[in-house]
Amino acid sequence: MEAFGNLLMGFQIALSPYNLFIATIGIILGTIIGVLPGLGGANGVAILLPITFVMPPTSAIILLSCIYWGALFGGAITSILFNIPGEPWSVATTFDGHPLAKQGRGGEALTAAFISSFFGAAFAIILVTFFAPLIAEFSLKFGPPEFLGIQMLTFSAFVGLGGGSAPKTLASIFIGFIMAAVGLDIVSGQLRLTFGTVELMRGFNFVVAVIGLFGIGEILLTVEEGLELKGVQARVTLRTVTRTLRELSQYWKTFIRGAIIGSWMGIKPGGATPASFMSYGFAKKFSKNPEKFGNGAIEGVIAPETAAHAAGVSALLPMITLGIPGSPTAAVMLGGLMIWGLQPGPMLFKEKPEFVWGLIASMYTGNVIGVLIVLLFVPFFAAILRLPFAVLFPSIVYVCAIGSFAVNNSTTDIWYMMLFGIVGYVFKKLDYPIAPMVLALVLGDMAESALRQSLIMSQGSPAIFFASPISAVLVTASALLMVWPFISPFLHGRGGK
Amino acid sequence: MRRADIACALVLLFLGGLVLWESLKLKIGWGLNGPEAGFFPFWLATGLVVCSAVIAIKAFLDRSSFARWPFVQKGAWVPVIKVALPAFVMVALTEAIGLYPAALIYLAVYMRWIGRHRWITTFLVSVLLPVVSYFIFDKWFLIPMPKGYWTWISGLY
Amino acid sequence: MSRTISHLMFLTVAILIGLSTLAPVQAWEPSKPVEFIIPAGTGGGADVMARFISPLIAKHNLSPQPFIAVNKSGGAGAEGFTYVKGKKGEAHVIIITLSNLFTTPLATGVPFNWRDLTPIARLALDEFVLWVNAETPYKTAKEYIDAVKKSPGTFKMGGTGTAQEDQIITVQLQQALGLKFIYVPFKGGGDVAVNLVGKHVDSTVNNPNEAVGHWKAGRVRPLAIFDTERLDLPDWKTIPTVKEALGQDIHYLMLRGIFAAPGIPKEVQEWYVNLLKRVTETPEWKKFTDDGGLKRAFLTGPEYVKWLEPTENLHKGLMTEGGLIKK
Repeated sequence: MEAFGNLLMGFQIALSPYNLFIATIGIILGTIIGVLPGLGGANGVAILLPITFVMPPTSAIILLSCIYWGALFGGAITSILFNIPGEPWSVATTFDGHPLAKQGRGGEALTAAFISSFFGAAFAIILVTFFAPLIAEFSLKFGPPEFLGIQMLTFSAFVGLGGGSAPKTLASIFIGFIMAAVGLDIVSGQLRLTFGTVELMRGFNFVVAVIGLFGIGEILLTVEEGLELKGVQARVTLRTVTRTLRELSQYWKTFIRGAIIGSWMGIKPGGATPASFMSYGFAKKFSKNPEKFGNGAIEGVIAPETAAHAAGVSALLPMITLGIPGSPTAAVMLGGLMIWGLQPGPMLFKEKPEFVWGLIASMYTGNVIGVLIVLLFVPFFAAILRLPFAVLFPSIVYVCAIGSFAVNNSTTDIWYMMLFGIVGYVFKKLDYPIAPMVLALVLGDMAESALRQSLIMSQGSPAIFFASPISAVLVTASALLMVWPFISPFLHGRGGK
Repeated sequence: MRRADIACALVLLFLGGLVLWESLKLKIGWGLNGPEAGFFPFWLATGLVVCSAVIAIKAFLDRSSFARWPFVQKGAWVPVIKVALPAFVMVALTEAIGLYPAALIYLAVYMRWIGRHRWITTFLVSVLLPVVSYFIFDKWFLIPMPKGYWTWISGLY
Repeated sequence: MSRTISHLMFLTVAILIGLSTLAPVQAWEPSKPVEFIIPAGTGGGADVMARFISPLIAKHNLSPQPFIAVNKSGGAGAEGFTYVKGKKGEAHVIIITLSNLFTTPLATGVPFNWRDLTPIARLALDEFVLWVNAETPYKTAKEYIDAVKKSPGTFKMGGTGTAQEDQIITVQLQQALGLKFIYVPFKGGGDVAVNLVGKHVDSTVNNPNEAVGHWKAGRVRPLAIFDTERLDLPDWKTIPTVKEALGQDIHYLMLRGIFAAPGIPKEVQEWYVNLLKRVTETPEWKKFTDDGGLKRAFLTGPEYVKWLEPTENLHKGLMTEGGLIKK
């Protein structure tokens, strides 16, 4: 196979001491960036872009992609420890990761998250190595109707999970979609729901909303319950890590399912976050103990993390092969390619093989270095929770404020964060499910655009959603999933239970 | 809990109405090429209004134990306010004097007043954290944090 | 003796006066980091250019303070423009602009205008090219346009956003040649190009930079360039102008320029002009513009303003004709 030879050449580049050193630096920086909520991989890469000016392009892309891996690893840390998603795709990790941490099993949750990330990445990297052109070709088949199919599938895989009151769940979904509609409507070019203010023009940022809803809301709940994180004081040593490692193998199905969902979803722009939700949804649907989800199921950590990291890897694929970014971070890297004098796109494989294969090989080295570093630090991360609450809480609020500001460089976002904090607190107390709202906020904008683009293309005929086999399958599957909860008890009843 | 439930539903009802009103400024129909700009906001807002009305009515009729449960246990308001209020004050101060000084004051007040930490710990944390983050964000990552309205303060650093 | 003393005194006075008035005129330099606003999202053409220029300034030591790129993309860039408009007299803010400087206020009704800002320099002009998928039979623009004419309202033209440059060009094409396209708006130029490669749309008017990779890979085919003359770069020179290909002169170039906050002192303005002039003289800039198929068109001062006025009117005219203005 030709890929093997190329990969070997890539390893010769990626394993040079200089590039290994660069990779390690990138991972550490990336983890820090990932830990800080609001400061995502995209910021990190944009900030360090100037430094790469003086490096050879291959080392530069290794540095940037390792920051990206680091951020993917780091996103899980705050999700688990503080219920604050460091990155959008870590939101689903909070659902079970934080309850685990509260039960004093934070070390296990972190270990599971990191291993899942690593597994997801490794799976996707192998796919990328051997099937990059094929996958890229497949992703070209995805136009607006197929894209809508993916959004629908994500949503239907996830909703109906919470139980609870139907009007409250619906209200929460509506709020999410309404917030997603605020700002510029790209299809009509009009401003919507801005009430004539400049502040609302950019819409509600997902990251700011989740920092508030989950992070600040959780702090308020915690102090009210008087817990002050006392339950979290269990000591975590490296032995916890090794013990968890051995236990994880029983969840191999969740790992593989997550990795496949992630690798597939990541190819399209903005895929990592929906992938993590979809993977979580399917893990719960297929689990033997779905009732454990939300109360600290290890599978609830494995599923989203595997998918998110696999999606993160495959998001780089369209960037290399097609010149389109699969994620905001990839978008900034794309700018980097041009600055270094490389033309992103299909010709890169032929014109600069040492660059492309160096990058692919560095995906292997970077993720191995990454998982070793973060696993080593698990006891340290878990120890943060043992800080006295009067130091911890204000520091968290401060870091959240920095993060919310950094998203758009706007102080208004810090106010939004506080406001969302109150909303998160009140909603949690009144049993409004927050997760569907957050998912609606993520998907709303993209789904509406895809729907309207499709209908423009077909001049208003909904037949377009069944015109291509891919979108027909996706739309049908999501419709079936939606009605599944109504059918499934009926089927089980027949089964003679 | 019942009163809180009704109050929250009414707030949502109001917000839904507001969005409904704003969306009427756009075309809300289903045009030749599919839905117009206001279509989704309009129907989403309608949905929200209906749902919140249902929630409010249900809560009004609810006589279960959940309804009688207090929204916040007696006395539990105090720690919540103690956390929320200083945080809001910090955000307000950020607008005036910038994030770093605001954070310094916030951390110091919180640790000393609520945490009752020793002066030395209070001083170390509340000074070090903003200073370190200043170097990380403003100096190395080149993300300028808000400097506030009174520029003479940000001129100091 | 007394003569020398009076001489000296005169000199001293002259120096003092010089220090108080003249010296600052030449010596203004940023005293804190300069905010470099990008009224567009990360990864787009304007973003890449701003993020290219900032480190270039640092690399060549052109400024004592760093330039910090900040995205304010809300409301098709309205957020960024209103931000800079509100920074009256603030010397440490500049903004990179694209056509949304003209189109956004017209399309969204958000009140701002280039006159609200201080024009610094035009850096370059971006071309537009008519592309089709390479697997289609259309070898020339004429063949493609004839096909569109034959079945009006079935061919799909993909473009970035609504009431922005891509749609303006599409409307121009339609009006000049009596055609009817289905215009499908997408979020960004890269997205548009990929939808053409995937055959979800029939043609696009992508910038050279957005489609060049697919062109080199043989996936898309350029038919004509929307300019009065061919682009003078290897490869690109083979693309005929719209006038050559279709007989109608339809041209549109997109501004890549720099503005500063309103009401800044003259010397600040001069410093920025001088800085950008030196940026455009670097070899890196030359390579960057050549690779991206950009037209180097550095212009400052009154000439720049003189260029802006008709360009604004052009947009107003085109958008009114196309029915793209918010009532």
